[in-house]
Amino acid sequence: MDYFLELVCSGLVRGSIYALIALGYTMVYGIIQLINFAHGEIYMIGAFVALIVSGVLTIYGFSGVSILVLAALIAAIYAAAYGYTLEKIAYRPLRTAPRLSPLISAIGASLFLQNYVLLAQTPDYLPFPELIPEFAFMDPIAQRTGLGSAELVILVTSAVTMIGLTVLIKYTRIGKAMRATQQDMTMARLVGVNVDRVISMTFVIGSVLAAIGGVLVGSSIGQINFYIGFMAGVKAFTAAVLGGIGNIPGAALGGLVLGLAESLAAGYVSSAYEDVFAFGVLVIILILRPEGLLGKAVKQKV
Amino acid sequence: MLKNIKQSLLIAAWFVFLTFPLMVVKVNTLKHLVEWRWLNMLWVALGAFFLSFIWRWAMERKQLRSKADEESGGEDGTGLGHRLLHDPKLFRPALVGLAAAALLFPWVLDVYQVNIMVLALIFVVLGLGLNITVGLAGLLDLGYVAFFAVGAYSYALINQYYGLGFWTCLPVGGIIGAFLGVVLGFPILRLRGDYLAIVTLGFGSIAKIVIENWEDFTNGAKGVANIPRPGLFGMEMNIDAATTYTYYLMLLMVLFTIFVTNRLKDSRIGRAWMALREDEIACVAMGVDMARTKLSAYAFGAFWAGAVGVIFAARNTYINPNSFTFMESAIVLSIVVLGGMGSIVGVIIAALVLILMPEYLRAFADYRMLVFGAVMVLMMIFRPQGLIANVRKTYAHRKPAAEENNG
Amino acid sequence: MAETAEKLLEVRELTMDFGGLRAVDSVTLEVAAGEIVALIGPNGAGKTTFFNCVTGIYKPTRGEILVNPPGRKKQKINGYKPNRVTGIGMARTFQNIRLFQNMTVLENVMIGRHCRTTTSIVGAILRGPATKRQERETIDRSYELLEKVGLVEFADEFAKNLPYGAQRRLEIARAMATDPFLLLLDEPAAGMNPQETRELDELIVKISKDEEISILLIEHDMKLVMNISDRIYVMEYGKKIAKGSPQEIRSNPKVIEAYLGEGGDDA
Repeated sequence: MDYFLELVCSGLVRGSIYALIALGYTMVYGIIQLINFAHGEIYMIGAFVALIVSGVLTIYGFSGVSILVLAALIAAIYAAAYGYTLEKIAYRPLRTAPRLSPLISAIGASLFLQNYVLLAQTPDYLPFPELIPEFAFMDPIAQRTGLGSAELVILVTSAVTMIGLTVLIKYTRIGKAMRATQQDMTMARLVGVNVDRVISMTFVIGSVLAAIGGVLVGSSIGQINFYIGFMAGVKAFTAAVLGGIGNIPGAALGGLVLGLAESLAAGYVSSAYEDVFAFGVLVIILILRPEGLLGKAVKQKV
Repeated sequence: MLKNIKQSLLIAAWFVFLTFPLMVVKVNTLKHLVEWRWLNMLWVALGAFFLSFIWRWAMERKQLRSKADEESGGEDGTGLGHRLLHDPKLFRPALVGLAAAALLFPWVLDVYQVNIMVLALIFVVLGLGLNITVGLAGLLDLGYVAFFAVGAYSYALINQYYGLGFWTCLPVGGIIGAFLGVVLGFPILRLRGDYLAIVTLGFGSIAKIVIENWEDFTNGAKGVANIPRPGLFGMEMNIDAATTYTYYLMLLMVLFTIFVTNRLKDSRIGRAWMALREDEIACVAMGVDMARTKLSAYAFGAFWAGAVGVIFAARNTYINPNSFTFMESAIVLSIVVLGGMGSIVGVIIAALVLILMPEYLRAFADYRMLVFGAVMVLMMIFRPQGLIANVRKTYAHRKPAAEENNG
Repeated sequence: MAETAEKLLEVRELTMDFGGLRAVDSVTLEVAAGEIVALIGPNGAGKTTFFNCVTGIYKPTRGEILVNPPGRKKQKINGYKPNRVTGIGMARTFQNIRLFQNMTVLENVMIGRHCRTTTSIVGAILRGPATKRQERETIDRSYELLEKVGLVEFADEFAKNLPYGAQRRLEIARAMATDPFLLLLDEPAAGMNPQETRELDELIVKISKDEEISILLIEHDMKLVMNISDRIYVMEYGKKIAKGSPQEIRSNPKVIEAYLGEGGDDA
């Protein structure tokens, strides 16, 4: 039973990271119907910036939580800047092009960013400094469930972030503009929504969420390299599809379900085939219920 | 002009900011060391400044061209590529020269070069194969390497377990590839283009993971060694001769692929593939069976990857899962994109350029995936039709005996 | 009314729901051999959805679609895939033009011959005499149809480069290439100028006479509808509200009410 509990906990932790990244996919897809293949790379860049910032700050004598907060903040700013630039260069000129074009452009952008980090930094795994402090009160829980302080921070942070996002989308001006654009871009433009700005903002928000995910993963797993964005991106996309792409609560749910399923499969079946399992889930979902768990079936307009 | 300079300065400043942490700072978190590489900022600033001018110029040109297109109501085909292909006076000597160069190649250059050329030709066939799936039928396949891997492993393993030779395995590899294409194609028939991309990406990764982990059968990460080179009536050949022989074999394979794809392209089947790419709903409404058409495009694209995988295994005599990563799929895709979707000549040129360039420009080799990525983005924005656009065949009107112009 | 002629298409109480929305509500419609039948109604009345059900793009929630192809057995085609419906002999055009943009005009028509030809992959690679003959027949028939719609001079142009009215005519030629006995035209005159509409008017009548193809069309242009239709069905809010000859429809109070404020802007 303890083993099961442990797997569930690790699944939830993993799933909440997937959920954070999945939100970026879902938001972008909801508005411009594009799989932003480079989203995983934004997450990776977020993790790298956090690593660099915390490395520098440690050397200059900062310590503890201040490093974590500063690193996360700067990582988020940079991820946002990268997301914004990415949209402007690789996607905006293709907004009216056939569907295949932005998709290929996205794959190209993903390759580019991966190799940019590889060349500018290193192909090796870099050890991520331990930023999250050990809370003493977590010790007894950790023994039973494997749920340590880092995991607690991940769960709490992602929960807070997702609630924040929901509030942002439900109640703010930009959130309303985003929903309007998602419903009908032409109509939104007609009623005075600056669609270009909304799309940019969507990328910015999605990128910030991905960067938060990157910082959390880096500090809990302890090492990163230029390639981590690829798998994380694919998994997160799977989560987004699982929940119903374009659907924000769906992305959160999809992330958790995928994380749990993967963790249980790795624990009871075989960890070597963990990634196979994630793809299996994706394929089965797409075949049986392409609209996802929470999505609505959309009839193609003829 | 002043406005442009000001804008470019701003862009340069933005990129300096953007690339600062990754390009300048390099930390060693274990030894607590920081390396500051300030000079990089200069390059980024200069690069961004000048590239922004080129970008602006290219964007303006693109807009001008699309406007001109609307007014004249058509594309002009007056580029050098087109003239070379359509004027027999230029086309024939070029073809003869090319054929002579291809035939003499192994006699002029050493084994190393020939071996690289064989690899380039393998990618030509891969490009032509993927061109069917992506370029003609419009089904974005990001896991194409899986079929290549299956072909290579089917030769390696069939040879190891049953002792069958290269020539038996060549068609078998192709057929297994095609079969797998159909099997994988079935569940994803109904998926839209972008879902298809991610699912095929998944298939590609699964293939590699399975090969890596199924140690009893595939020998796992250690790979399979001692794969025999292609045989010629049981003759014993030294490495030089075998390489030359493999080269000619590969040349034949390329010609065969060109012949077959060219015929299919301008046939009932090829037209159905293209119609599917252009508009799925209209295509089925015109009586085309979507399932069958999609599956045939998948299977046919996969066939070439499987067959050429066999040759790849025979060329290397050793294979392991690391030859079949997403990178290979990405390279083949950039070949198709750069060459021009659906265009056979374009794909051949792109394959040769993209594979040979990193081999000969070693300095470039490190940057190759970076450049491929950039090329994919830039091609989509500025030249989505590729280096050499696919020209559609035209048919003569009511002259039953007359042959048509070539496309 | 052509009650005595053979009925090619009988739609009985067709209903189509999208979630909670009933787009088509129990509509019954018939087309007899040689007829030109129009389906009219205000925007959003469910006409295109009706077409999509009949041509297999949607699977209707309820009702029967019976087809009686000349010389073959009567069959119920509910839930058939679109390509099978076309194979039986009912071809359509689209309201928002759906041509194969990056293929030539001729190739667009040649696609229509797909379901009437048989060349396989192997056949296409070997390109034997049978394949060559079939290819030749496809080309000739396609040119013939292009002549009929007046587009031969554009045969080698990309479809996307055609002017708007010509694209509409190309859609008709492409549909006719499938050898249909019933042609379903979804707003063929939309976006055309009066001159083009007049030509289209003649074209449709000519097709129905020369090729012995029956026609079911959705159209907003009242002049065109009144000119060429033998019978007219009127839909509003998913329901059929009237049917009859052009004269009957013109004076039907229900129709006038449905069109109040709508009919004026179509001429």
